[in-house]
Amino acid sequence: MIEAVGLAKTFGTEVHAVRGVSFRVAAGEVVGLLGPNGAGKTTTMRMLSTLERPTGGTATVAGHDLLRDARGVRKVIGLVAQAGGTRPIATARDELVLQARLHRLPAPETRAREMIDAFDLAGLADRPSATLSGGQRRRLDLAIGLVHRPSVVFLDEPTAALDPPSRLELWAHLRQLRERTGATVMISTHHLDEADSLCDRVLILDHGRIVAEDSPAALKRELGADVITLDPGPDPERARDVVAALPGVQRVHAAAGEVRIGCANAEELLAPTVLALHRAGVEVRGLSVGRPSLDDVFLARTVPARAR
Amino acid sequence: MSPVTDVLIVFRDELTLALRTKIALAVGLVQPFLYLLLFGPLLGGADRWLFLVPGLLLQLGLFGTGFAGFGLIPDIRAGFVERLRVTPVSRLAILLGRVLKDAVVLVGQAVPLVLAGCLLGLRADPLGVLAAVLLVLITGVALASLSYVLALALPNEYLFAPVVTTAAVPLMLLSGILLPLDDAPLWLDVLAHLNPLLYVVDAARALFAGNAGAPAGLGFAVAGGLAVVSFAAGSRLFGRRTA
Repeated sequence: MIEAVGLAKTFGTEVHAVRGVSFRVAAGEVVGLLGPNGAGKTTTMRMLSTLERPTGGTATVAGHDLLRDARGVRKVIGLVAQAGGTRPIATARDELVLQARLHRLPAPETRAREMIDAFDLAGLADRPSATLSGGQRRRLDLAIGLVHRPSVVFLDEPTAALDPPSRLELWAHLRQLRERTGATVMISTHHLDEADSLCDRVLILDHGRIVAEDSPAALKRELGADVITLDPGPDPERARDVVAALPGVQRVHAAAGEVRIGCANAEELLAPTVLALHRAGVEVRGLSVGRPSLDDVFLARTVPARAR
Repeated sequence: MSPVTDVLIVFRDELTLALRTKIALAVGLVQPFLYLLLFGPLLGGADRWLFLVPGLLLQLGLFGTGFAGFGLIPDIRAGFVERLRVTPVSRLAILLGRVLKDAVVLVGQAVPLVLAGCLLGLRADPLGVLAAVLLVLITGVALASLSYVLALALPNEYLFAPVVTTAAVPLMLLSGILLPLDDAPLWLDVLAHLNPLLYVVDAARALFAGNAGAPAGLGFAVAGGLAVVSFAAGSRLFGRRTA
């Protein structure tokens, strides 16, 4: 459904936002684009949705060539941009009807009503969008992007700046989107748990390159299911060497004031870790157990490349 | 997917929103009405309304439509323009639909102004007034486009209001909207004749008076030329700013 070959974007002569990415997305697949700010996620999405002209490479979206048939691409894609795209004084109904008309749908008002119901906007449909909450506006953005039943949907950080309940609510809508329409979806995000919860596969971007491409489950398997974070005091390197020798430890990363340990089961490893460090003369000052984060994926995937 | 339909879709949507904020439309009329009521009686002569009302139509355009670009900035910032660019809508229609809305709003405001003039004693040629309204529409396209040029070209949006105001005042004075330029010294007369709006005001006055002669034709030609040139400049800048 999406095929990118060496897609690149350089702004001016200095800023290499995307440095030649190649990937394929199958029909009906939900793919996550993961990476920190500045990794090239948004630029990649903007290129694929015809907003930004690539300075290198090619891509086809739903069979339409990005450069030669931008209009063909625009007919079959939906983009939910980070900024949204609703005017403060326009209502949800205004925006949905307009979008339906721009796509030449046969009954714009009816279609707008359907979307209003599907995205729980019934009580809000005739209020200016400026008066909607962040979560409500995001649902509206999503409804606008999907009004013409696109076969490929791009969602640029759809849950950024949402509170946890709104985030879960949006996730539910995104899952429904997949079940109901079978659309191919590309989601960019900072959050590994989001990719984990929604995506079949993730592409990890760093400095404009794809540094990893795998299913969320495989990525986590590699990192360990749990991450223990502890404060080893003044000598994290020594703590790292001690911990790395323990059985059950899959990965250790040391930084100033922090050691992160990837493992399959943190509960089993907590006591041995603290005891081993104590015997080695390292007093643990603080300790927490969590799930692998994007940081962990990043540290695991990008450190070797930088050390080269 | 004809581009004409695209323009109509954008136009219809923009006009619906504009008509919803009736307060804004009414506030725009306050200034010309004040001139009509508080300045009109000061002018002498039996044909003072034939002189003042056509001029106030242009003043309405300068200080109303001239600010049209103000509305584009938040829409670009909100991602609305990009949202349209991801749909198959014609690129030209995004700006043209807006400009036509601004021009139609200007005509909509012109009607009560002319009616109020009639109440005060304006006796104008009905067909001439209709032709003048068409002229105002074309001038509206020109002024709205110029406003979009400014909004897109200025380095930041805080400059927009002071620049438009600063530009509108000399354009108003040099088109003889409030006082005739008959007694102007030579240098002022030359300066006034460099102002395209002078020809538009002259044409509107001629039409109101029922004269469809050379000044009217010249006014249409100047307004049409200005509309084409400024819309072309606007859409070029628009393409660059939002590409």
